[in-house]
Amino acid sequence: MTQDNSFYGPLSDPAGNAGHTDHPPRVGFFTDTSVCIGCKACEVACKEWNAIPEDGIDLLGMSFDNTGMLGASSWRHVAFVEQQRPLGRQDAGLADLPVGPSSTQETAEVVADALEVAKRGGGDLGTAPVDLGFPSFDLPGAGTGAEARTEFRWLMSSDVCKHCTHAGCLDVCPTGALFRTEFGTVVVQPDICNGCGYCVSGCPYGVIDRRPDDGRAWKCTMCYDRLRDGMEPACAKACPTDSIQYGPLDELRERADRRLAQLHEAGVTEAQLYGRDPDDGVGGDGAFFLLLDDPEVYGFPPDPVVPTRDLMSMWKHAGVAASALLAASAAVFLGGARR
Amino acid sequence: MSREGAGRHGRGGRDDDGSRERSMVPKATFRSYYGRPVLKPPVWEWKVPAYLFTGGLSAGSALLAAGADLTRRPELARAGRIGGFGALLVSTYLLVADLGRPERFHHMLRVAKPSSPMSMGTWILVAYGPGSALAAAAELLPAGVRASLPGRLLRMAARPAGLSAALLAPGLASYTAVLLSQTAVPAWHDARRELPFVFTGSAAASGAGLGMLLAPVAEAGPARRLGVVGAAAELVASRLVDRRPGLVTEAYTTGRPHRLRQASEYLTLGGALTALTLARRSRAAAAAGGLALLAGSVLQRFGTFEAGVVSTKDPAYVVKPQRERLAARAEGGG
Repeated sequence: MTQDNSFYGPLSDPAGNAGHTDHPPRVGFFTDTSVCIGCKACEVACKEWNAIPEDGIDLLGMSFDNTGMLGASSWRHVAFVEQQRPLGRQDAGLADLPVGPSSTQETAEVVADALEVAKRGGGDLGTAPVDLGFPSFDLPGAGTGAEARTEFRWLMSSDVCKHCTHAGCLDVCPTGALFRTEFGTVVVQPDICNGCGYCVSGCPYGVIDRRPDDGRAWKCTMCYDRLRDGMEPACAKACPTDSIQYGPLDELRERADRRLAQLHEAGVTEAQLYGRDPDDGVGGDGAFFLLLDDPEVYGFPPDPVVPTRDLMSMWKHAGVAASALLAASAAVFLGGARR
Repeated sequence: MSREGAGRHGRGGRDDDGSRERSMVPKATFRSYYGRPVLKPPVWEWKVPAYLFTGGLSAGSALLAAGADLTRRPELARAGRIGGFGALLVSTYLLVADLGRPERFHHMLRVAKPSSPMSMGTWILVAYGPGSALAAAAELLPAGVRASLPGRLLRMAARPAGLSAALLAPGLASYTAVLLSQTAVPAWHDARRELPFVFTGSAAASGAGLGMLLAPVAEAGPARRLGVVGAAAELVASRLVDRRPGLVTEAYTTGRPHRLRQASEYLTLGGALTALTLARRSRAAAAAGGLALLAGSVLQRFGTFEAGVVSTKDPAYVVKPQRERLAARAEGGG
């Protein structure tokens, strides 16, 4: 894997490799999911700024996530994961069995408190309003300490195009509609794309897709127009907790390493970086993540590899097969001069 | 498939989330985001597998036609040239119609991009087309024009034109395998070593099938032999795909892709056996055997295509092999 390998392996300067001279440093996103609050401001800001059409108001019925996954008209996607996770207590081994409470302990306690003050001990439940104790002016959980925490936890993560160092979509695009910008990002030119759909199958993350009514492929541009005017992308601008951080990729990687060390020190040993490593199957992502569980839990592939890695090997096999076909076609005529 | 709710403890007990998917994959303890797919399914519909067939048919026919022309088998050459060009016309229609913006098909000609098999294929078709068209035009000349000067020139050009098409035909027959393999689609990418042989074998069998169908028995000897060789290559390579170790192979060996490919196997085998035996004497048997080879090739392409689609829709095909790869690497790395 040499430095000048354009198809696979570490590559320090993708923009320069694509022919840009005198270009700005490579930029990217670092999405720190440990501080994501699931507000979806990034999804909204992205739609607004890029004038992305509405893509159906669906209630998916699985969580607060009704976007589902990235697509032609969803360039940011906030994933909501609901987990029961043992907090250092012994696992009773009942996790998979159809027994146990119908709700979390916390909910049960709130309801139990309300039942005590209810008139007929809750016998009239469902026939009259029950005061569950809120709204209140305190922060949720402010009155309780760590001892009141339950096994339940939320994981929220704002997914986006990874702007890979070796981008499968870009490699397979037959029209040149997809290109590497001077910032090292990957962008589709809508006036060139003819909707062949190859990029959709070329992406190992399932990011880019074809818009059915429009026929062209669309994905995150990292707000190419804003970058050219020296502004940060709309999603990063809108993020209220700085879960989405934008900047030169080198700086972001340093910052991510520090944040990871900090979390590990605080005992959050499950924290891991995803897409940060320039030695991975796509040469490192331009948009990478800090996750609190394995990547597949958030809908990421655990070990993506750019299909172009095997380009030479695939053409060699095709070459052998093609030669065999030519030889066989000649041989069937040599064999039978008698007709 | 495993839902996140099943958590880490998964012994497979809660893997059934009531989804309508057939359980083609053994119960597994992999995790996913609510069982949703990781990859996007291909946006290509029936037109692309249909093109895989017509492109292969055109290539196989062009090869047979060139050989027939050189060895003075006029009926076989005529069938191959006209059939090959007809299949090319259908291919062109299918390729353009499958685009999201068909009126922009010529944007394919903006670049020649070695990293994109679709770009390479475009240029193979551009180079292949004129030879195929000229050779077919010479066969289709009305009797009145044949003796005229343009007619004689065209007939003189037919042999070199047919040979140029035949030289490019193996590229046309095999590049489609790379086209499918250079994707993140697990079933296609994993079969990247076998697919070129499946596809060239299938192309030879279909071209030979057309020759057996259209040419008289006396001239169709090479078509019968090519049919047997192509069918053998297709059957062996296709069995090798089915025997690949790992979960992804199940995309080929279960469900609808399996049924399509099994039917393809029977038809191709039947066609090849006919070519070896009855087709040497009976025109009717030759036609039946030729049709069987053609149908076997069609079903092979659709089966392979659908195996790929299936493998993108189930996150197990993405997550499990990648998890195993990471585990093996961690073990190997100490």
